[in-house]
Amino acid sequence: MVQEMDLLKRFDAYIDSDQKIEAKDWMPDAYRKTLIRQISQHAHSEIIGMLPEGNWITRAPSLQRKAILLAKVQDEAGHGLYLYSAAETLGVNREELLDALHKGKAKYSSIFNYPTLTWADMGAIGWLVDGAAIMNQVPLCKCSYGPYARAMVRVCKEESFHQRQGFQIMLNLCNGTKEQKEMAQDALNRWWWPSLMMFGPNDESSMHSAQSMKWKIKRFSNDELRQRFVDMSVPQAELLGLTIPDEQLKWNEATGHYDFGPIDWSEFEAVVSGNGPCNRERLATRVKAHENGEWVRAAAAAHAAKVAKRKSLKTDAA
Amino acid sequence: MSTKPNDWPLWEVFVRSRQGLSHRHVGSLHAADAEMALSNARDVYTRRQEGTSIWVVRAQDITATSPDEKDMLFDPANDKVYRHPTFYDLPDEVKNM
Amino acid sequence: MNSENHQLLLRLGDDALILSQRLSEWCGHGPALEEDIALSNIALDLLGQARSFLTLAGAREGLNRTEDDLAYLRSDREFRNALLVELPNGHFGDTIMRQFLFDQFALLRYECLAAQRFDLDVAAISAKALKETKYHAEHSAKWVIRLGDGTDESHEKIQESLNTLWVYTGELFEPDTVTSYCTNNGLISDPDQLKSQWLESINLVLEEATLSLPSSEWMQCGGRNGIHTEHLSYLLAEMQVLQHKYPGAKW
Repeated sequence: MVQEMDLLKRFDAYIDSDQKIEAKDWMPDAYRKTLIRQISQHAHSEIIGMLPEGNWITRAPSLQRKAILLAKVQDEAGHGLYLYSAAETLGVNREELLDALHKGKAKYSSIFNYPTLTWADMGAIGWLVDGAAIMNQVPLCKCSYGPYARAMVRVCKEESFHQRQGFQIMLNLCNGTKEQKEMAQDALNRWWWPSLMMFGPNDESSMHSAQSMKWKIKRFSNDELRQRFVDMSVPQAELLGLTIPDEQLKWNEATGHYDFGPIDWSEFEAVVSGNGPCNRERLATRVKAHENGEWVRAAAAAHAAKVAKRKSLKTDAA
Repeated sequence: MSTKPNDWPLWEVFVRSRQGLSHRHVGSLHAADAEMALSNARDVYTRRQEGTSIWVVRAQDITATSPDEKDMLFDPANDKVYRHPTFYDLPDEVKNM
Repeated sequence: MNSENHQLLLRLGDDALILSQRLSEWCGHGPALEEDIALSNIALDLLGQARSFLTLAGAREGLNRTEDDLAYLRSDREFRNALLVELPNGHFGDTIMRQFLFDQFALLRYECLAAQRFDLDVAAISAKALKETKYHAEHSAKWVIRLGDGTDESHEKIQESLNTLWVYTGELFEPDTVTSYCTNNGLISDPDQLKSQWLESINLVLEEATLSLPSSEWMQCGGRNGIHTEHLSYLLAEMQVLQHKYPGAKW
């Protein structure tokens, strides 16, 4: 029997030499738990994230936009599925993870607790929310856990059209009528700050960051990624002719970055802990879909069992 | 891990991305039966023309080596360098062998 | 521009468009993540079919109308879809049964249209649509069997779905000047023949699903002439809201 200490040494050596950990390899419990928490939160975010955009599929203003939006929201279901699958390699099953979500014990990205009020929100979500998500996700393609890293490679490959279609919606609105441009500005005003919050708390107050960095589950700090996002978005907003709702936003020659105003962390805390504008509704919608699907899942399982039984009776008789 | 009777079992999915290549593991999904697994695999893993053929297999039906045996199983091949063509130094006059 | 041909294109386009709109309502609400993705795929296929037929209808009528003009700027009285496809989703079994009854019809219709040489544009769109529809028909038939021959609860539910939807199936085979135009020009077999083929294929599946065909003879029609159920107007109000609120805007 290999001793726990030796196993830990070998695990650390793997991590240090940038080798991937695979599903059946020995890993410290805390590493496993961290991964399950992070991957399932990520999966939940994908399927809850279907709802704010799904809200506009039936009202998309052209057939082409409808097709694009439907394909995009469908991709999110796919991403949720890839991620649940990655989590399942760690010895939990999807049903347990969903159960935790439905009982309010699991978290998901707070951004999806904001309402989508106009069509321009489809543009802002693609441009900003998917933009922020991509920034968060690209480094995860190199994360130390193999199944998660591979799922993320797939996700990132597919995500690249999401941000572009969002930006194009914004572009069309900004080149459109006065009302359309106002709609775009209003969407930017409402989605800008929540998008910055997507990178999580400041580094000094981030609970899980240090250990996750060490384990190479996380590769850049929250603040680093947030800064990158701001630096990327400012010229894009200028291109659109829109104003980012931050009076303190200013280019800093010395640092080579944009300085930006303080984030309202009390709002972040409130939304994370369940008091955002749509928390209850989003969760209730998911629970309802799951409960309404129960008889369907049961029927398919029962049918599969019947067919298997008939087959084995036939084989026995032969 | 608890599995309730209504939960659909887990299937591993293998996709041949184009003719001439082997099937490669792409991920997994849940389905009640094999036909559903194939059809779900098509919708989930080949939305962007990633496949020309799909295999699905119940995850529980896969027999795998254990990571604990990794050293025992795979290290012994380490010193059999003579199995590789680069082991053999041949004069330059012998081209393309 | 022949008006029967125009009517045919609208029937094909509107059937696909309205059914796609209904299926897309499922996105995010399916009984399992995998099935959510499957329903969205079918909705996307149908939307693609609708766009092709409506674009062709617009190009041929010579009024400079695009697919979007036809989808967003017609009233419910101008839509030519069958009533079956506009009915609300109900539960998953209702949606699947509606899909099954329609898929089996669409399959026969596209087989004819893909094979004929009278209207080559329609043949080309139909050939692509046929491939997609084969998959849809397989998907819905398998689900009818799973639900019919699943649990007692699912059996009861899906039998009820069949009973409720049955009266809307007659319209799919209702003869009129447009179906005569189709039959005379070899576009689609005549409605009676289509119906007997359709009955044969659905019976095979229903039998395996242990479901029984409703005995009701009376059939509800009207959609092909723009007399719809009360549901269509709501569906369109939702679908068309932005186009009505911001006329002429580009998106």
